[in-house]
Amino acid sequence: MKIVALCGVGIGTSAILKVNAERALARLDIEADVTATDIAGVQSVGLDAQVILTSSELVDAIGKTNADIVVIDNYFDVDELTAKLETALG
Amino acid sequence: MPLPPLPADAIAIGVHVEDWRGAVAAAGDALELSGSTSPEYTKRMIGVIDEFGAYVVIAPGLALAHARPGPDVHTEGLSVVTLAEPVAFGHPHNDPVSVVLGLAVTSGDEHVLLVAELANVFNDPRIIPALAAATDVDSIRALLGVTAPPEEQ
Repeated sequence: MKIVALCGVGIGTSAILKVNAERALARLDIEADVTATDIAGVQSVGLDAQVILTSSELVDAIGKTNADIVVIDNYFDVDELTAKLETALG
Repeated sequence: MPLPPLPADAIAIGVHVEDWRGAVAAAGDALELSGSTSPEYTKRMIGVIDEFGAYVVIAPGLALAHARPGPDVHTEGLSVVTLAEPVAFGHPHNDPVSVVLGLAVTSGDEHVLLVAELANVFNDPRIIPALAAATDVDSIRALLGVTAPPEEQ
């Protein structure tokens, strides 16, 4: 399974999202590959992704995708990430 | 792996700004003062928000200002700015912002450890309000679990 963590420039915020998404997945005992990317790369990187994690600000920039787009409000809140990933993947 | 030492120049406490641009500029100024970046990087951090919106406000009260690596980044750097009056960035959930981190990296890969450690620190929800309330450089360092660089000790 592939999950994409998306931010505007692919540095910093998407990396934080990736680190905490991996922590949430470990809690859920789900094996998945989490890739950090930017707006420019999301169409190619996200092609075979099941879930795209991002901020509400960036949803419109993603364009057409078959992945579930999951909006994260607090990137440091592993509880929020765990609950939303459980819903999206359950 | 702990965060790297944080020079006093990279920390600004109780800064007065008019708006989010001023807040990001303050984080850029601190990166410049500590020798990490050139002024051009500050403009690029503001440009990222102009282009993509307030997604850099990644938690309630906290903005992580950043841009891509470039020739205006001399060394990897982190700056911490607390605002005298919180400002809105335009984020639907996490405004207003009272703490701005400035992040500068020289390559897309090297920042991963730094960012993982930032995530460790900020996974504690008490940290952001405590940083916002801190009144001296040593308190900021203690909250982040960082030391002063050797030349300041």
